[in-house]
Amino acid sequence: MKTLKYIFAILILSVSFVSCSDDNDETPMETNPVEGLTMIYEIPAADHIVQIYSEKQNLEVGYNEVSIRIKDLASDKYVTNAAPTWMPMMYMETTQHSAPHSMLSNNEESTVYKGHIVFQMPSNNTEYWEVMFNYSMNGQAMEEALRVSVSQPVDGLKKTQVFMGSDDTRYILAYVNPKTPEVAINDLQAVLYRMETMMSFPVVENYKITVDPRMPGMGNHSSPNNVDMTYSSASKMYDGKLSLTMTGYWKINLKLMNAAGETLKGEDVTEANPQSSLYFELEF
Amino acid sequence: MKSSINVFPSKGILMGCLLCALVCGIFTSQLYAQEAPKDSLKLIQLNEVIVISAGKQLDHQKQRKPLSTLDEFLESSRSINMVKRGAYAWEPTINDMASERLAITIDGMQIFGACTDKMDPITSYVDVSNLAEAQIGSGQQGAAFGNTIGGGINLKLDKSNFKPTGWNASLESAFESNYTMRVFGGELNYSDEKFYLNTDVIYRKADNYKAGGDEEVLFSQFEKYNFSVNSGYKLAEGKSIAATLIYDEANDVGYPALTMDVSLARAVIGSVSFNQDTLFGNFSNWESKMYYNTIKHVMDDTKRPDVPIHMDMPGWSETAGFYTQANLNKEKHHFFFKLDGFYNKSYAEMTMYPTNSNEPLMFMLTWPDVRTKNVGFYAEDHIPLSNASVKLSTRLAFHSNTVADDFGLNSLKIFYPEMDRTNTRFLKSFSAQYHKMLNDFHLNGGISYGERAPSVSEGYGFYLFNSFDNHDYIGDPSLTTESSAEANISVTYKKPIFEITAAANYFHVFNYIIGVVDNSLSTMTIGAEGVKIYTNLDYAQLFNASLSGRYSISNAFKLTGQVSYHRGVDDAGENLPLISPLSYRSAIDFYKNQFSASLSVDGAGEQTNYNPTYGETKSAAYATLSASFGKRFFINDNDLFVKTGIENILDTNYSTYTDWNNIPRMGRNFYVTISYSVN
Repeated sequence: MKTLKYIFAILILSVSFVSCSDDNDETPMETNPVEGLTMIYEIPAADHIVQIYSEKQNLEVGYNEVSIRIKDLASDKYVTNAAPTWMPMMYMETTQHSAPHSMLSNNEESTVYKGHIVFQMPSNNTEYWEVMFNYSMNGQAMEEALRVSVSQPVDGLKKTQVFMGSDDTRYILAYVNPKTPEVAINDLQAVLYRMETMMSFPVVENYKITVDPRMPGMGNHSSPNNVDMTYSSASKMYDGKLSLTMTGYWKINLKLMNAAGETLKGEDVTEANPQSSLYFELEF
Repeated sequence: MKSSINVFPSKGILMGCLLCALVCGIFTSQLYAQEAPKDSLKLIQLNEVIVISAGKQLDHQKQRKPLSTLDEFLESSRSINMVKRGAYAWEPTINDMASERLAITIDGMQIFGACTDKMDPITSYVDVSNLAEAQIGSGQQGAAFGNTIGGGINLKLDKSNFKPTGWNASLESAFESNYTMRVFGGELNYSDEKFYLNTDVIYRKADNYKAGGDEEVLFSQFEKYNFSVNSGYKLAEGKSIAATLIYDEANDVGYPALTMDVSLARAVIGSVSFNQDTLFGNFSNWESKMYYNTIKHVMDDTKRPDVPIHMDMPGWSETAGFYTQANLNKEKHHFFFKLDGFYNKSYAEMTMYPTNSNEPLMFMLTWPDVRTKNVGFYAEDHIPLSNASVKLSTRLAFHSNTVADDFGLNSLKIFYPEMDRTNTRFLKSFSAQYHKMLNDFHLNGGISYGERAPSVSEGYGFYLFNSFDNHDYIGDPSLTTESSAEANISVTYKKPIFEITAAANYFHVFNYIIGVVDNSLSTMTIGAEGVKIYTNLDYAQLFNASLSGRYSISNAFKLTGQVSYHRGVDDAGENLPLISPLSYRSAIDFYKNQFSASLSVDGAGEQTNYNPTYGETKSAAYATLSASFGKRFFINDNDLFVKTGIENILDTNYSTYTDWNNIPRMGRNFYVTISYSVN
């Protein structure tokens, strides 16, 4: 093994360096901006440290929400003007390509830069993912390359679909929410990207993705009041509703339709056709 | 209770004597479900009392089949029919209306079954060993027991009530050949003027029964035992406290008509009460009771072959409540007032085990921890006129349902995104009955109006599978209150040796609640045909008529008979399910010198008005013949009573409209009962 430029983070971070104030105290509680997240990578530099956080314990194939903080060692504070950008790259033996990803933004929390990457494939010993970070530190442009390990989700459930549509375009559809599905009407969210080139994956806007959840183990039982996913320009994602009537294994059958209403991928679920070729899998 | 008290005003009479008198009075007047004695105008005819008490020797002689199940006792009533899903836990119906439209109480206590599939009507949680009688009121005549549309049943517990009888004990046993049912029971009682203690225990075990033609009905076995204690202590003259505890447990109960059996149905029922003969000078028979009961019900499909998916379905029901009641006699008015309330928790869940064991368990709440609160006030006034009487009654109740479990609330919100957690309603009931005596004729007529809230299943059920129509059912929390306008009339012609009664009633039920298919929904149960949502129909109409008579051929021989007609249609003129076809029963009884015998026939015509939409098929006409013989012996002051009989003598293979999925009824059955009591 090569000596890596990064160190593997300890799995458990779960920092709580904020003490809770009394309930009857009117002063607002200090919140930890990375509460509940796991620091998966740390990039040490001369006068600062870049910290990479994820909700998961490691990066996985599919949708990954990533938070980044940069700590100025001199002031012991997290910087709010780093304006970082990133670029994930897959280095294969014969070729290389990027992955769909969002911009990094600190709109929610000034010290935390958030964004997401949809990894299409896992890394292995010979084919690896590297994320290039560009940011400014004290007015100086910085560049750090971080080799990351991307694994298949341990639950083995299909939550990411890379497919060729009937319009001869390659799409990447990835499940985002609900992260913890409930027996309820869940807010369903997914991201849809189009592969323009090996390096460019623009967001697909104004398409529609139909939603038909089924339980194959229960005679393909379905649920009412699902809402097809439509594009939200605010989140740049597709939002819909997903009704789950019980816990267990669910197959969310999907159909991708373009703005003209033409089906690009997926089929209706019928007696003869128990499942669509475009789907997500859920277990809870 | 009310009819009894009315017959024998208790002022100045000891409770014990009252009960003695009651038992005698009821026995003479009610045994053949006959009307009030000529000299008593106060008994309202629509109330019927079925004498059950196994401990009273008086009854044994007249009961065709002592130690039979409570279900069989109830079925012998002229106003009750029992829906059967097997040999055990039948569901009573009055005027062709079942549990959700009836108010059924045990000694005034509200109890609700814990099974989402109605496998445990509350009548399955008591046994004949601890009951004195079943008081039945048709329509709003049952409103004293709770909010009702079809009627009310109160199962009255057997108590010594300070009779100076001292110690007595009895042992009872019965055997029935068809399903090798063994019954063993015993009681030990002590009673004096200051204190009484009644204990009894009964155990029943039965194997699969055989329908006519020796056809074994698989999964119809059951085993149950019941234990009860009740005790009273007299604090002072006219003032006493009493307490009751019943423990009832059934195991390994088969339900041949359903896809699942029951491994456990357990009830613990307890109460304490305070009784005082007078209150504030004017009131009498003041009785106050607090009670609590808890039921656990566990369904079990592990013994069934070829289940598509194995599932666990436990359910719990807990109820706490109270009532306080008193009589008030003022001039011609005989008032009865009752304030009652209960709080019920109903929770049921379902866990399914996927065929692919790598997949997670499938879990849902079928009853989402529904909390029902009901506080009601009941009042009646009985006014005797010359050769006539009027009875007015009303019940006003506040009723609320709350879904306490968030998981369950979110589940239901899949169907009803806008639903509220809590639903409250105000329920009203009014009734007026008139009784007129013209020479040998008794005329009875009444009109009434009543309301009821949807049951837990109707309001909040989540994918409850009904094997009768093969549909999954889903409740609707926004159902409108169901209400009923009812009219009844009966005419009796009565001579000492001869009596005939013609009676009819009509219910116009507004917002009738029933499952209606929603084709947009996908079934949950594998193999189900569709999903039904409980829905208010605009209205439904139910009509019942009967003709019954009694003839005393001689002092020893009595002939009785009854024929009844029923009809139920919905607002589109379609037949309602589970409506009886023309049915009849007749019996000849003999009783002389401690020897009794009877020969009876029961039958029904072809069910022409059935509805396949509700899973019904036409049930054919049938008739069955039964006979019984009994003899009482005295051995050194002790009592030995032997009764034996044959049911379905001709071994007819038949099923009736009440038989879930047309499961055939029991074929020829010999039984023998022996009771020995030490006085």
